Amino acid sequence: MYNVSLPWWSYALMGAGLVVFLGLLTLSVKRNHGVKRSLFASPYILWMILFTLLPCVLIAYYALTDGSGQLTLDNFRAFWDSNHIMRENMRAVAGDEVAATIPRGSVNVDTLVYSLWMAFLCTAISLLLGYPAALFMADRHMKLGSTLVVLFIIPMWMNFLLRTIAWMSLLEDNGLINAFLEWIGVGKVQLMYNQGAVLLGMVYNFLPFMVFPIYTSLSKMDPKLGEAAMDLGCNEAKTLLKVTIPLSVPGIISGITMVFMPSVTTFFIPRVLGGGSTQMFGDLIETTFLTAGDWNLGSALSLIMMVLILISLSILRKADPNGEGGGIA
Amino acid sequence: MKKIVAFLLCAALLLPVCAFAQEVVNVFNWEDYIDESVLQDFEAETGIHVNYMRFTTNEDMLVQVEANPGAFDVVFPSEYCVERLTNKGLLAEINFDNIPNFQNIKESLKNPSYDEGNAHSVPYQWGTLGILYNTELVDAEDVKTWSVLWNEKYKGQVLMMNSIRDAMGIALKMQGYGMNSTDYTQLRAAADLLIQQKQSGMVKAYGLDEFKDKMVAGEAALAVVYSGDAEYAVELSDKLAYCVPDEGSNVWVDCAVIPAAAKNKENAEKFINYLCSPEVAVRNCEAIGYCCPNEAAIELMGEEYASNPVMNPSDETVANCEYFNDLDATWLTVYNTLWQEVLNARQGN
Repeated sequence: MYNVSLPWWSYALMGAGLVVFLGLLTLSVKRNHGVKRSLFASPYILWMILFTLLPCVLIAYYALTDGSGQLTLDNFRAFWDSNHIMRENMRAVAGDEVAATIPRGSVNVDTLVYSLWMAFLCTAISLLLGYPAALFMADRHMKLGSTLVVLFIIPMWMNFLLRTIAWMSLLEDNGLINAFLEWIGVGKVQLMYNQGAVLLGMVYNFLPFMVFPIYTSLSKMDPKLGEAAMDLGCNEAKTLLKVTIPLSVPGIISGITMVFMPSVTTFFIPRVLGGGSTQMFGDLIETTFLTAGDWNLGSALSLIMMVLILISLSILRKADPNGEGGGIA
Repeated sequence: MKKIVAFLLCAALLLPVCAFAQEVVNVFNWEDYIDESVLQDFEAETGIHVNYMRFTTNEDMLVQVEANPGAFDVVFPSEYCVERLTNKGLLAEINFDNIPNFQNIKESLKNPSYDEGNAHSVPYQWGTLGILYNTELVDAEDVKTWSVLWNEKYKGQVLMMNSIRDAMGIALKMQGYGMNSTDYTQLRAAADLLIQQKQSGMVKAYGLDEFKDKMVAGEAALAVVYSGDAEYAVELSDKLAYCVPDEGSNVWVDCAVIPAAAKNKENAEKFINYLCSPEVAVRNCEAIGYCCPNEAAIELMGEEYASNPVMNPSDETVANCEYFNDLDATWLTVYNTLWQEVLNARQGN
């Protein structure tokens, strides 16, 4: 029904994708996996190219071009100075005088810094809450352990959007918590539509991603090591600090990564629990694409986000060089 | 083999003949935007077959109409899209001799700014932007002006619309400027006003559709909403009322138009005329629940409907209001950038 005409570079892209696909396949054959075994991998290679590599190339393409397809770095300038495009428009329409009154806009940079800060807080709180939980779960003397595991998993049966919306009916002015507070005579407190509510929503949603990697690395640990430390005169606290925690570092690292990554890119939660007043970088990217319709700037923002995540991953990787915590970092 | 080919050829030749044997009209309307039994009645009365197709956003519809203009005979765009389609030369001039029922349309909606001379469009459904308020918490006198949204009495009790044109439009109107302003100084002043509103803690949240339910639940005192949402909320809670402030506001109109490339223009005009007949308009308005632009239909629906200020705003109210113009990309960027600055302003918490 649609009369779609593809631009020249999309054919170039398809060609490049095919070349990469064949390249990876031959590489796999050459590495002595054999033709037959390599063929088994080909659906996955194709999948990765179609849904990971190609989208990344497209994002890079949009980020480095303007609306008419010309190469430009303007989108990155617009990231640094969010008023850049508006100023240039005003220079064209209303003249230099008006343009001169428009200062540098810091919306994009501020939102990114704010998102990083919120993600840091979320990760730190998740670690503080999650580590003891993982300790309980992995403790073989505790009967409660396995129950705790199940209790952590049950909420994940439900989609996170629904869980977040469910928090609304708890936190609202006339919600369950406030009804209880009023009943015991404390009076209503505004719990929703602030930074705390957003943080709560993030920690609630991402905490399992912290707990389970740590739990896995703790339960892999030989309990005799702890007993040996005790025999050698360590008390419980010292055993925890000198033996248990150092041995669970891979789990901690992968937990941090698993929480930090989705936290930085969080969207929807700030809109629902924060009432749209505390915008995060994920929301900014979404509105840039959908409301402003600026795919080029939106892609530049996404690219910056991806590079930042890549950098933080490579830093974390240094702390877990063997990838013992699942090798995510 | 030859026989089969011959048969297929004959069939291919006959197909278009079959298709044209019956009169048709291809209608492209919003999802859930008509009483569907009206279509069958139209077919029974005129013998014209209705091919009914649906879309969910104006942007969707524009893409399809531009890609394939001859596929549709009647389309229902919002007012700013009527303007865009007219400017692109994609709309036919309607022959109003074939639409005698056009006289039923409210005078205040005729000859609109989005379609100068009223040659291309017939209003189908419409509504206003206004304030939904809790009468137990808010003084009805206060709501007569947009500045109630900046009134310290209602600090932390305001639900603002997270929609660029609407929010900026309110701040512009409040200062006596037009809602379609293309003057940087005016827009800057409007954005500053919205930033100040946020920083002083007036706003409880920015959002859209969820506000009607929040107001029913008593979560806030004031909310900026469209009249359709207001009517929904007012029906659910007798504490709520709706008001379009005296400074004026935005009016939106979804119209019936005919593409320039339409293949069945006269059938399209018959169809539009049918929709404008009072009985049919009543059925559609009752099914959809937005404001009815048809004066004769309003009369049929009785005094209760006619005197409902949400569903039937007075001509004075409408006279103060403006349609949104179809702003070009240059100015949309300015609106967007300034609104982002508003959303990014930090409250002291």
